[in-house]
Amino acid sequence: MKIIVCVKQVPDTKEIRIDPEKGTMIRKGVPSIINPDDRHALEYALSLKDQDSNTEVVVLSMGPKQAKNALIECLCMGADQAILLSDSAFSGADTWATANTLAAAVRKLMPFDLILCGQQAIDGDTAQVGPQLAERLAIPQVTYTRAIQLEDHAIVVERQMEDGYEVVKAALPALITATRKLNTPRYMNIRDIVKIHQMDDPVQIWDLNYLKLDPDQTGLKGSPTRVKRSFSPTPSSEVTFLTGSTEEMVSSLLDALKNLNLIGK
Amino acid sequence: MNNENNNVWVFAEQTGGEIFPVVFEILTEARAIAAKLGTGLSAVMLGYQVEDLAEPLRAYGAQTIYVCDAPEFKDYTTAAYTQQLAALVGQHAPAVLFIGATHNGRDLGPRLASRLNTGLTADCTGLDVDLEKGDLLMTRPAFGGNLMATIVCPSHRPQMATVRPGVFKSLPVESPSKAQIVKVPPEIHPGDLQTEILRIVKEKSQEEEITRAKILVAGGRGLGSAAGFDLLQELADCLGGTVAASRATVDAGWISNARQVGQTGKTVQPELYIACGISGAIQHLIGMNKSRTIVAINKDSSAPIFKIAHYGIVGDLYQIIPAMIEQLSSKP
Repeated sequence: MKIIVCVKQVPDTKEIRIDPEKGTMIRKGVPSIINPDDRHALEYALSLKDQDSNTEVVVLSMGPKQAKNALIECLCMGADQAILLSDSAFSGADTWATANTLAAAVRKLMPFDLILCGQQAIDGDTAQVGPQLAERLAIPQVTYTRAIQLEDHAIVVERQMEDGYEVVKAALPALITATRKLNTPRYMNIRDIVKIHQMDDPVQIWDLNYLKLDPDQTGLKGSPTRVKRSFSPTPSSEVTFLTGSTEEMVSSLLDALKNLNLIGK
Repeated sequence: MNNENNNVWVFAEQTGGEIFPVVFEILTEARAIAAKLGTGLSAVMLGYQVEDLAEPLRAYGAQTIYVCDAPEFKDYTTAAYTQQLAALVGQHAPAVLFIGATHNGRDLGPRLASRLNTGLTADCTGLDVDLEKGDLLMTRPAFGGNLMATIVCPSHRPQMATVRPGVFKSLPVESPSKAQIVKVPPEIHPGDLQTEILRIVKEKSQEEEITRAKILVAGGRGLGSAAGFDLLQELADCLGGTVAASRATVDAGWISNARQVGQTGKTVQPELYIACGISGAIQHLIGMNKSRTIVAINKDSSAPIFKIAHYGIVGDLYQIIPAMIEQLSSKP
């Protein structure tokens, strides 16, 4: 069985600061990490490999050269092969162009049985690349996955809904997007760390020429959407601080809320 | 009404004969968008035995309502819904297509946008029109809510956006005009279905609880431990409210993520939001800053939560909340 796991290197959004004047992100000092949901996707692939050593796990990413580090971490967790799609022509891609580029790489990796992606990336939170990739490859997709059962040439997936879940069966090959509920990701292991660090080039780099992509169908040029402007959100309200002893503050607060008919008299 | 090209379309997602509230929120907002673009407003609904649901769509301003009523559409499946909507969009060429950012909406939107070779902006919290160029301006949070980005889709149609539930108010039209209901035959074939739903299981959901509550008592890192939520529950019980939480407390394992408010949790808009020990990280504020009245209780008077709060108490929540509970329960 061949499984492709799509991963993204993202800035740790908990560490991000914004330049209030320019409304831009201060990237300096912000650590880059493997997107959290993608770790759960990789973990599922590796768990299948644990059960059947014939399973091949390929990790695939698109990004600048430094995204290699995220892929090396995936190899150190147990992935077999790592491919980074990197070319200046790919930069500035929106989700449509990203999916189109990933699809070109997946076609080179055919045949495959399963593609796993994280539900969404913490930098954009769009959850779009997975379904868009599935569409480009004309394979079924199941999103919001919280449990997976592998059957003969099919998977049965529990898909999280707002008010419960649904159980969906899809024929393979298919694309699944994983949520945090799916499993607990493993850490890197010593054996693989040693093995990977002895290799000269553990990560293959594929560029525009190698993928034979039309430059108008990738990167910023191939993106239907454009960022018109970005700005930092500005909260606004006049706060009334309540004063006095604890009892006085609480009593004036409750009076105010009663006057607004927010709580009972 | 033959002039239906270039309309603003709203996908009217329903399940079990009930339209999702976000559909009415979008219709309310889309009325203004359609007016600015000088075009009509249409709704499109897929389902089975759902024809009665056209009336509420009209009440919220839909002038043309496309209804595809067939057993194949009873439950949402990616393939059937994408196929049908792609065919309809191809026939009627809307300028804009809005979809609620529900679980199904976020499954459908990207699949459909990819098939239509157009752009899609996810989880929008602000919508407007560039009156000069006629472009839809789609504003959304990025980088965990640290940054807002306004996205345009200048040369591809339709301009597609999923819209975050709970952000826009829903208001019916004062005097709705007559709507044209267009029954559309299914354009899918059994072989088109790529997935099969084996069963649907309903679970009592706390997510739904926090998005519907009129009063939320929310706890943050300042609670210090999971036990703090017991105190908040006691206060919530006195007020007839529900307990909610910040991401820090969910990450710490103090409470279920179904209670989480914020960019990676739910957007809520209760009448009253009491933030206890929540400093007000932007990722939290973005999920609750449209609450009618916000009360913040925090030790640190410079905490960002006070910048959006209406009433603030600077102090120890372990003294203030028991005092609130006492005063609330001692009054007749």
